[in-house]
Amino acid sequence: MNTLQYRPRLAAAALLCLALTACKEPPGARYVPDPEDTKRGLAAIERTGCAACHEIPGIDWPRGQIGPSLEGFNNAGLIAAALPNTPENLALFVRNAPAAKPGSTMPAMPLTEEESRDVAAYLYGLDDE
Amino acid sequence: MVSTMSNPASDIFDAWWGWPPPVLDPAGPYADSVVVLAWALIGMGVVVTGIVVAALYVAIKGPERWRARLGGEKAVWIGGIAFPGVVLTGLLVWGLTLTASLTEPVPEDAMRVRVTGYMWWFGVEYLDEDGDVVMRDANELHVPVGRPVVVELFSEDVIHSFWVPNLSGKEDMIPGRTNELVIQADSPGRYGGVCAEYCGGPHALMGFVAVAHEPADWNAWLAGRRTARPVAADQDVPGEVPAILPAVEQTGGTNLAGRQLFMDSGCAACHRVEGTEANGLVGPDLSHVGSRLTLGAGILPNNRGTMIGWIGNSQAIKPGNRMPSYDMLSAEELEAIAIWLEQQR
Ligand code: HEC
Ligand SMILES: [Cu+2]
Repeated sequence: MNTLQYRPRLAAAALLCLALTACKEPPGARYVPDPEDTKRGLAAIERTGCAACHEIPGIDWPRGQIGPSLEGFNNAGLIAAALPNTPENLALFVRNAPAAKPGSTMPAMPLTEEESRDVAAYLYGLDDE
Repeated sequence: MVSTMSNPASDIFDAWWGWPPPVLDPAGPYADSVVVLAWALIGMGVVVTGIVVAALYVAIKGPERWRARLGGEKAVWIGGIAFPGVVLTGLLVWGLTLTASLTEPVPEDAMRVRVTGYMWWFGVEYLDEDGDVVMRDANELHVPVGRPVVVELFSEDVIHSFWVPNLSGKEDMIPGRTNELVIQADSPGRYGGVCAEYCGGPHALMGFVAVAHEPADWNAWLAGRRTARPVAADQDVPGEVPAILPAVEQTGGTNLAGRQLFMDSGCAACHRVEGTEANGLVGPDLSHVGSRLTLGAGILPNNRGTMIGWIGNSQAIKPGNRMPSYDMLSAEELEAIAIWLEQQR
């Protein structure tokens, strides 16, 4: 029916999207977290109160100020200016920062290993929103 | 004990937005009748709205004969006077009888606590049989299941209102006056509460948490609070619950650097810590803050991270509250204080 005549434009738009995403990162290099994990990650963040010290996109309150804002975190080169920004390092850091980076002023937080991976997934998934 | 209970992101939000809605989810006899009354009112509201809508429909679209009847004198006498008169009188009598049980004199063996409203937190004192304070705490009340607890309500500044929706209705906290409210929890759990009377500034962040324990857990909780006068052996039988808490002794913790910083940074002027020179009364008593479930009056979970965040910048978390942000302290100093406070259990 009349949707038919839009098809070519749709295809062009889809191609353009593909091209744009391809420009941003070489395919495969970017870690795309599972939405289920990010959902659980957000719940874990709320339950542990990370936002008491950090501004975290997706959390309206509180917006703590004594730690760095986690906005645009997934584009940061290093975690806490020290560790390569990989999901494994991030999960370790949010659970036990002093062990991941000796001398870190962020304390260990009451997260299980599983939860810390979900929290890392949430922080990586941020710019998809 | 707590890990097996529901662990909401925040008790204050649970009180407002929890599911099922805590107002309709009674956990004890004093909330029961309130909920029955609420459902009856909701039911009657629906019935009356239905009748009015039907009458309106008839008045606009109904056949001529029905419309004439609806506009007649008889309809006014029945629908306008007799029906509401009978129904409202009936509901009033029934409602008053139902809620009369809420104001009955409380049993002699009831446990007694005093909860005082401050801008913007709750002071909690456990009382003995003579009304003397045996333990001070804040923003959190622990009770054994199945036992009525008389809550004496005060205010130190403006009018607040104490409300733990799962356990009872609201009761005002009025300066210069004591109101009494009885609560009872019949199943163990963690019940969020709020201040239900606007009291300025961060009123919306003035929360509370009530925790009901099975008798055995209750005794363990008591023991965990470093009681000086041990619970008498004959009372320490599961199923038997001492109504009155023994007096509490406190030793002060081992993180001496944190303790020193606490005393030197001015915290002691506003906060009391049992067994130390800190005796301020402006802020919550911190004698047991390490074992408390929340910080900032029911709004944050309690862990090392949130403790540091609260002390370092409570104004970002609860804008306008009466504790200054300690952003001049270094991260190491904040952590030392947090560790010492964690030891106050
Ligand atoms: C001017 C008085 C004042 C000073 C000084 C002060 N506080 Fe507070 N503090 C308060 C008040 C008031 C609250 C309650 C805030 C609220 O919830 O509205 C509070 C709350 C707290 C809480 C949360 C308690 C709870 O259960 O919610 C902690 C922990 C705390 N203060 C620690 C400290 C430490 C550590 C220092 C020193 C570095 C300090 N305070 C200095 C007044 C003060
Ligand atoms: Cu209030």
